[in-house]
Amino acid sequence: MASFEETGPRIPVVVSTRVDKIHPISRLSRTIRAIAVVVVALILLLPVVAMGITAFKSRNAVVSVPPSLIPVPNGDVLRVEANELKRDTGEISIARNFFAPTLEGFVFLLTERAQAGPARAAELRTQAQEGQLSIFDQIALDNGQEILGPSDYVARLRNSLIIAGISTIVSVVLGLFAAYAFSRFRIPGESDLLFFILSTRMLPPVVVTIPLFLMYRQLNLHDTHFGMILLYTVFNLSLSVWLLKGFIDEIPKEYEEAALVDGYSRLQAFVKVVLPQAVGGIAATTVFCLIFAWNEYAFALMLTSDTARTAPPSIATMLGRGGIEWSAIAAGSLGFLIPVVIVTFALRKYLLRGVTFGAIRK
Amino acid sequence: MATIELHQVEKKFGDFPAVKPMDLTIQDGEFLVLLGPSGCGKTTTLRMISGLETVTGGTISLNGRNVTWLHPSERDVAFVFQFFALYPHMTVRQNIVFPLQAERMAPADIDKRVAEVVKMLRIEHLMSQRPGTLSGGDQQRAALARALVRRPAAFLMDEPLGALDAELREAMRAEIKQLHIDQHATTVYVTHDQIEAMAMGDRIVVMSNAVVQQVGTPAEVYYNPANLFVARFIGSPGMNLVQGQFADQTVRFSGEQNYEVPAEWKPAIKKATGSNSVTVGFRPEAAHLSESGALVGEVYAVDIHGSYSMLHVKLAGSNGDFEIVHVRTDRRTNYPIGAQVRFDLNPEMVRFFDTSSEAAIQRENA
Repeated sequence: MASFEETGPRIPVVVSTRVDKIHPISRLSRTIRAIAVVVVALILLLPVVAMGITAFKSRNAVVSVPPSLIPVPNGDVLRVEANELKRDTGEISIARNFFAPTLEGFVFLLTERAQAGPARAAELRTQAQEGQLSIFDQIALDNGQEILGPSDYVARLRNSLIIAGISTIVSVVLGLFAAYAFSRFRIPGESDLLFFILSTRMLPPVVVTIPLFLMYRQLNLHDTHFGMILLYTVFNLSLSVWLLKGFIDEIPKEYEEAALVDGYSRLQAFVKVVLPQAVGGIAATTVFCLIFAWNEYAFALMLTSDTARTAPPSIATMLGRGGIEWSAIAAGSLGFLIPVVIVTFALRKYLLRGVTFGAIRK
Repeated sequence: MATIELHQVEKKFGDFPAVKPMDLTIQDGEFLVLLGPSGCGKTTTLRMISGLETVTGGTISLNGRNVTWLHPSERDVAFVFQFFALYPHMTVRQNIVFPLQAERMAPADIDKRVAEVVKMLRIEHLMSQRPGTLSGGDQQRAALARALVRRPAAFLMDEPLGALDAELREAMRAEIKQLHIDQHATTVYVTHDQIEAMAMGDRIVVMSNAVVQQVGTPAEVYYNPANLFVARFIGSPGMNLVQGQFADQTVRFSGEQNYEVPAEWKPAIKKATGSNSVTVGFRPEAAHLSESGALVGEVYAVDIHGSYSMLHVKLAGSNGDFEIVHVRTDRRTNYPIGAQVRFDLNPEMVRFFDTSSEAAIQRENA
């Protein structure tokens, strides 16, 4: 075999793994870019971190000034002492930023509670001493409350999962077939149809909620899972058709033609040859559709009330109930965040190529 | 193995005719080349035979079976694409096995078949690789293996060498030709490269503007082009074509030169040209330089080809206009640019064309 020196690299070297071959300016600009990315990432992560911390704070710690940021066991007591010290002597201590991590927010989020009367509270306290109370009951008791039953948060989250999940799958599958047809066949009025599909996205949701509300009431689709799945599917279909058409356009049609000549039907060729190559596009489209359906607020607020109510409007309405339980809201948001994070993380390797919309050629 | 018959096959895209009604019979075991410039309808014809494109008229039969409206998968033909179309998400072996799986062949038979073609094409060592990692030639071999493994009735190849570099193209040309001799399978091969067509084809179908211009063996197409298009298209450079007026015995070119028409051609030309305008055609090798040559020209340029030289000779026309003809000459003599040369035409290799209809004039007793 000929040595590298004689023949040179087989392909032009654009990026080298040899550090000494990279120009210093290029190395510097890379460092600067890396720093910029890290800074942006930190800024974007800040609200999430704040949310995460808040979810584990007690009522007092949530509203403390200066903000308590450092989780320390017994931190609430230390903070109060430090604040008193500041008031009395003017001495500033780091303990002013302490808070004690607690599951209070999660208890408030997941349970329905009532104020325990003095007699009931005493009864509960004896039970607690005998070790008969669960952690949740104990936390409620510390706030003078008694747990009556589970809250509807889990049900709302389940609704969100069902509605967003099914509508995403349906819109991606239907979108795939539609995109394939648009990409591969001569369709009369193709551009008009594509524009029509896109136009379903042109009005902001708020504008169409009222007519939709009236229609849904007439059709008995109001506050049903089916109604919400249908609505989100329709809304996502335009996105999925357009996105997937771009991805399928990129796959040369010769591959399917080869499969056709090799003895496969159109559908078999689609499944065996097109789908494996469109995986990246499908993953990207899935994430986009899922995020829309998962985050959707306006329709859900108007068109659901109980059985099919999704998480976004239900978390938002927590603000209105009695005192504002910031830690419960933060805990709810945290739980709401997790499914999308998991899906996005699982599909991340397809996303980079996916979001560039085929701008990069192979 | 199979005979392919096209009867009045036609393809229109909207109102635009891609292939005008054509008749063609491809014999069993024949290597037929569809040749023509891009957009002439040769690929469309091939795709209609494969079923990837529907016909808008006519019938196609394979071994006497009418396949005009059959799905590509039911025609028992293999297609080799210009860019190979190897499935990028499968290994070479999976690619080759793919058509056999469609037939639901038993795994043991599959192994036997695959081993056979893989040995024939010498790609044993590539079986577990993905097509993307292969060189152009190996991709081509894998694509050929995928076609061969099925033992189809006919092979259809759409510029299979178009994506390769020149050196490799020549080697693969020989390889494909050898495979054909070995397998003796009916093959329809599309190319725009006339050298490839001449080298590989048993017969060549020259197409232009959606119309078949000529069907013939490479020699026929080269020596007896049916019309001016074929004369120009085949050969590099193409046939020299000089227009003139036929008068009794001679053709008079615009530069006041006379060319004495060989006796055997006179009656045919007289009969064919109503307007007396005739185009004289001759291959560069049909002209030979000599002191006493009947035609006079001036050396315009010389291309040294090593084994021979190609002279570009300027024939004076009317009003300072001129025409360039190519004359092939031996490599030893030097011709300075601007020198006057005289040459004669080999009477056996001169052809005449009706200038207005562009068709070749046929000799009656030929």
